[in-house]
Amino acid sequence: MSKISRILSSTLLASVIAAPALQASAAEVNIYSYRQQFLIQPLLEAFTEETGIKANIVFSKKGLLERLKVEGKNSPADVLLTADIGPLHDAVEKGLLQTLNSDLVNQNVPAKFRDPQDHWAGLTTRSRIIYASKDRVKPGEITTYEDLADPKWKGRICNRSGKHTYNLSLIGAMLEEHGEAETKTWLEGFKNNLARKPQGNDRTQVKAVKEGVCDIALGNSYYFGKMITNDKKPEQKAWAQSVNLIFPNQDDRGAHMNISGAGITKYAPHRSEAQQLIEFLTTEKAQRIYAEANSEFPVKEGTPWSPVLKKYMNEFKQDSVNLQRIAAQRANAAKLVDQVGYDN
Amino acid sequence: MKALSLQMPWLPQRSRQQTGLKRWYFSTWLVAALVALPVLSVFYLALFPAENIWQHLASTVLPHYVSTTLLLLVGTGLLSALLGISSAALVSLCNFPGRRYFEWALLLPFAVPAYLIAYIYTDLLEFSGPVQGMLRELFGWQTLRDYWFPDIRTLGGAILMLSLVLYPYIYLLARASFLEQSNSLRDASRMLGCSAWQSFFRVSLPIARPAIAVGLSLVCMETLNDFGTVDFFAVKSLSAGIYDTWLNMNNLGGAAQIASMMMVFVVMLITLERIGRSRQKQFHGSDRFQALDTLELTGWQRWAAFATCAIPVTLGFVLPVAILAGYALDNLDQLWEQNFLSHALHSFTLSVTAAVATIVIALLLAYSKRLHKQRSLQNAVNLSSLGYAMPGAVLAIGVMIPLAAFDNGLDAWMSSTFGISTGLLLSGSTFAIVFAYSVRFLAVSTGAVDSSLSKITPSMDMASRSLGYTPLQTLFKVHLPLIRGGILTAALVVFVDCMKELPATLILRPFNYDTLATFVYQYASDEMLEECSLAALLIILVGIVPVIFLSRTITATRGQRKATH
Repeated sequence: MSKISRILSSTLLASVIAAPALQASAAEVNIYSYRQQFLIQPLLEAFTEETGIKANIVFSKKGLLERLKVEGKNSPADVLLTADIGPLHDAVEKGLLQTLNSDLVNQNVPAKFRDPQDHWAGLTTRSRIIYASKDRVKPGEITTYEDLADPKWKGRICNRSGKHTYNLSLIGAMLEEHGEAETKTWLEGFKNNLARKPQGNDRTQVKAVKEGVCDIALGNSYYFGKMITNDKKPEQKAWAQSVNLIFPNQDDRGAHMNISGAGITKYAPHRSEAQQLIEFLTTEKAQRIYAEANSEFPVKEGTPWSPVLKKYMNEFKQDSVNLQRIAAQRANAAKLVDQVGYDN
Repeated sequence: MKALSLQMPWLPQRSRQQTGLKRWYFSTWLVAALVALPVLSVFYLALFPAENIWQHLASTVLPHYVSTTLLLLVGTGLLSALLGISSAALVSLCNFPGRRYFEWALLLPFAVPAYLIAYIYTDLLEFSGPVQGMLRELFGWQTLRDYWFPDIRTLGGAILMLSLVLYPYIYLLARASFLEQSNSLRDASRMLGCSAWQSFFRVSLPIARPAIAVGLSLVCMETLNDFGTVDFFAVKSLSAGIYDTWLNMNNLGGAAQIASMMMVFVVMLITLERIGRSRQKQFHGSDRFQALDTLELTGWQRWAAFATCAIPVTLGFVLPVAILAGYALDNLDQLWEQNFLSHALHSFTLSVTAAVATIVIALLLAYSKRLHKQRSLQNAVNLSSLGYAMPGAVLAIGVMIPLAAFDNGLDAWMSSTFGISTGLLLSGSTFAIVFAYSVRFLAVSTGAVDSSLSKITPSMDMASRSLGYTPLQTLFKVHLPLIRGGILTAALVVFVDCMKELPATLILRPFNYDTLATFVYQYASDEMLEECSLAALLIILVGIVPVIFLSRTITATRGQRKATH
């Protein structure tokens, strides 16, 4: 066989074998998302418009990590997108993520909202704050998370399930600050102050304050933005108007922070597109869309806050502890919740 | 092996026939094992957890989960039985205004998913809802401190919600049983001096007992694996505990342990059902096509009967659907902007495929059991039914494990042998969803097919076989035509169940793939029901079609009725 025909035939063979692979990697990125599709759709559209990369998505609030794990090296997923630090931390523990290696991400995202080992990065931040009734709670009457266990609030506090991922992170932060014994006592006191069995989401708690079920509620900060701007359901504006926002622990460590974030899967078939997506999400353009759509705080410093955030939430002191350390306490936090029977 | 041929000594023993029967036997076990794989995977996870937290669970939350679950089961079981039996008896055995409409209307709540009705009633009955709002306006109350109103988000609320949509299982089976009963038995009891009332409790009800037991066990299984309602109402049942342990404690092994423990409840239920059905062998009586005698109600009884039937229909269907329709009318633009039709098409194709698949499997299992009256085959059938009581999301994990193992194994083999990567063939495809549906709902179709088959007298088989048909020919020429109605019923029930299925679909679906249920969930879980009201309404409306078929099939089992006084 002549040299030329050998080269020709091997090229042909190679292209036949490689064709499906090439086709599969043609400008696509596959996302497993714990965030609802309608929340991130505008961002993905902006991403596709800018880069020409098509973004495919599977949304579920559970089971995606397990799916990623059993699919192993054949998994089609490139990016894991979450609404909380929890799943990101679990994914790292299960060895499902690879390092990001992005200078742009490092530059845009402050270190406390990134994994020290570079497996994930925060994309937006939120604080877990206290919503206090304007009528029944005087300004300055409650200023810290520790105050939630003060017996004077007996039967006056509403909260969602203690095992909800937002509360687990908060309890994790308390564990990080105070250690196990003290945190357990605090959680017992907090439980004794509850006005009713934990139920519903954060919005439900603020509503309960408006309705007089309780005087104080715990909730993520963006819920306020979602309620105060809700033209479709104007009654929610009234719920938001009935409360004062209290960013706790301003005189010591600062308010507890959490993130929505992303990481690249270990066997991502579209590694470069995945990185482009995460980098895009940390740019100012994407950060503004994010913050305005969902009233979250931009993670990139210097990004202007949305008008709603500017109007109702001044700059506040944030807890500076690295989120990775809080995430590592979550399993212990869950056990504490069971031990004190917080949800029963 | 004690095959059918051995019970018919007059038949010539032919080795070909023996091999044929063996083939049935082995394929039955093979299919049962395949269907059981996901459940077995969950058991495996339970036995070998990454970190064992059983001790922690048992000493803290587990007793609470168990007692809550028992209360939920007993409450839902009793209320569903009350609603189902009373209405079935009234429309089958009595005559009163509206009876002909109630015959089918009582089935309608079956089309409403439990999680939807829970969302709707919360909207209606909570503090800011219209009911309490009106009361406050009327009496000048301000906040909740001024008055008391029952809280819907409680154990009692969950029992009410679940009963309102699950009682049709009992109604359906009890009514079919009442319609099959012979006039002569009741006539005899009346002649022996029983009042109509006594005759019902001493004759009709005991005869219907096996059917009611089947319905009750279906209700209990649905209750056991309900997650949407208990989660929304913060009722800590075992099913809620499974999710909690898995997602919030990040311990899948512990969750699998609770799921396995739940199987104990299931075995208890199956045993109960068996006891309920024991020593009851009924074949169609000779007067099946003679009209059933009905009792003409008079005076206040007519209106009491009317109310008894109207209440479950109104609360379980009319009211929630009216509310949803109101939302939908305000949001008609959804129809065009949200790929609505493609979601509907996905739901429809998945559900039809799964319904056909479960019927084929159920026929194989039930008929094979009939061919070989063997204990081990009963075990195979029981094994294949376990998926019904496993919470959907846990089952989804169980489905993933064997499918991904198969895909990755095949890929590794193809790569090393032929240098071709096959990637993930089955997992992450619609096949995985259909497989999950089949595993989950096989118990429904097996139960229905089995009970239809059991009503065909064995002499039919004997006649067909002695005339030279093989078992397969007998199935197609004799049994299938006779149980057509039962099969249609089973297929429709599975179809509706699949349309409503949520957690397994969410976890297993391919990229950019939505069904009506997943679409609804996206919004409803964030308490934004209005945004998806049209899709929610469509799930219910599609569910009504089979309900109407069901009702016709059952009514057709009996000739024209005549009234007696």
